[in-house]
Amino acid sequence: MGQVKLAIALIIVIALALLGFGLSPAEGISTIVSGAFGGEVGWGRTLVNMAPLLLTGLGITVAWKAGMYNIGGEGQYITGGLLGAAIARTQFGGPWAILLATAIGGALCGALAGWLQVKRGVHVAISTILLNFIALQALAWAVTGPLQAPGTTASQTEELAPPQMLTRFSSRTDLHMGVLLAVVAAIMIWGYLNFTRPGFQLRLTGENPRAARAARLNADRIRLQAMALSGALCGLAGGVQFAGVSGVIDTGFNQQWGFLGIPVALLGGLNALGVIVSSFLFGGLMAGTQTLSRTAPGGDLLIFVVQGAAVLAFLFFQPKREPTHA
Amino acid sequence: MLDLLRFAAPVALASLGESVGQRSGVLNIGLEGMMLTGAYTGMLATRQTGNPWVGVLAGIVAAMVLGLVQSYFVLWRQADQVVAGTAINLLALGLTGASYRRIFGESGELLSIPTISNHALIAFMLISVPALAWLLFRSKWGLAVRAAGEHPEAVAASGFSVIRLRLQASLIAAFYAGLAGAHLSIVNAASFQEELTKGRGFIAIAIVTFGRFNPIWAFVASLIIGGAEVLQYRLQAQGIQAPPQFFLALPYVLALLVLVFVGKGGRAPQALAVPYRKD
Repeated sequence: MGQVKLAIALIIVIALALLGFGLSPAEGISTIVSGAFGGEVGWGRTLVNMAPLLLTGLGITVAWKAGMYNIGGEGQYITGGLLGAAIARTQFGGPWAILLATAIGGALCGALAGWLQVKRGVHVAISTILLNFIALQALAWAVTGPLQAPGTTASQTEELAPPQMLTRFSSRTDLHMGVLLAVVAAIMIWGYLNFTRPGFQLRLTGENPRAARAARLNADRIRLQAMALSGALCGLAGGVQFAGVSGVIDTGFNQQWGFLGIPVALLGGLNALGVIVSSFLFGGLMAGTQTLSRTAPGGDLLIFVVQGAAVLAFLFFQPKREPTHA
Repeated sequence: MLDLLRFAAPVALASLGESVGQRSGVLNIGLEGMMLTGAYTGMLATRQTGNPWVGVLAGIVAAMVLGLVQSYFVLWRQADQVVAGTAINLLALGLTGASYRRIFGESGELLSIPTISNHALIAFMLISVPALAWLLFRSKWGLAVRAAGEHPEAVAASGFSVIRLRLQASLIAAFYAGLAGAHLSIVNAASFQEELTKGRGFIAIAIVTFGRFNPIWAFVASLIIGGAEVLQYRLQAQGIQAPPQFFLALPYVLALLVLVFVGKGGRAPQALAVPYRKD
């Protein structure tokens, strides 16, 4: 049972990391658990963290299933957020118009990387990484320039008006409609990949390029579409953070959500339903480590260590692959 | 000119080693993490011992340890190279950041460490360019390494160990990544901050493609990227009116544009990023 071994390995990693931070593992884990699942506030935090992780995790899943190593979730998240903020500024439409804009913004960024791969032969892992850094600078420029809130010197966009924000379920937590949207998106992506013809063609292109060629599929177009869809989902993650939680976009908008989507997708087995589970667990771990960081400096960085170690553990328990000939 | 070499050195050193690594068929996505670890460990060891040379050495060793971990997964377990490299990057980011905050506090006091004149490292870099090119293209070992990146089965059939060749090449890449990181923290910054490398490792990976997997061209490309960085400081110092973000984005935009134009022309090793499995 790989999953059980993986879970045990994870707990050991968390305990070791806590020891490294000079905390008692039992105390640290109980802080994390109460931070993540302690009452309405804890659950709210967990689910609010889960939404962007789920969406970026789905985005990564769609791209990687098509054989496109999209590492640019971060950049697509940012371009999505920026286009969303631009639409919000025009006061045109409510939160759903903003979400649509963020999906389009992300899709454009993803499609650009896809185009570079299929037309110009630039490895998508490399182009998406470079686009991440370009997007980060674009973000810094936009919030001090064209998208800066008028009449202030703060490097941020104008705060969304309450009717522009996604509906919240309770006044005590940030829990918002975007969480539900993310879960619905996951079920849709699951259905798309497993039960539709284009979904099957997408997977075939990634898993067995030779068979895809034999079936006369247009692999280039499928990959490009996969990158656009992947970017749209990562952009949407930016949208739910913007219209669901922060209401503003500043230079720290990205919060590494796009990067964190990669381990979330992998540990979800690159399966949309699995990604729901892994994003929930990592959302909880994030909520818990945020609580932990109040008493232990750098505690919130624990998530990177745990995720890195989790991916290595995942690789460790994965059976050796069969020889592949592309 | 020395200014240019100094700014270009971290990316140049990393891409020199990575040229050798990619020629053997290993795409080292963990390069950024190795560089960051080299930078952090180098700074820490320098601060502890007061001797920057010990720091340089410590940075190299730390990066090579990460290189070994990554090699275990990608060579022995045939893990996907992008996945394993991403894990290495996450680990490095978390461990260096957490350790830094733990030792130096949440805000990060202004940290300054003894530095070294960069002449020795620059000289080493300049010697490395022809030395690595010779090693790759003129030596018997280099022939085997390049073959391991093109047709690993054929190399194995002629009695070489593909895994050993790729391990050696990967460790060379890790060595230069650590040195590049140490150069960044000890020589260029004489300090450290979280995420000091700021994607330079990724730029180095891109430059290898641009440099057609040849250390000489990779070095030339690094100078161009380094030139953009120097230009940015010059123009800012002269008070040229332009958004600073434009200059900060310039190296990445340049690297991307270059890849767009080199594109399919710079043929990658055929077995790059393809795991090799012994039958």
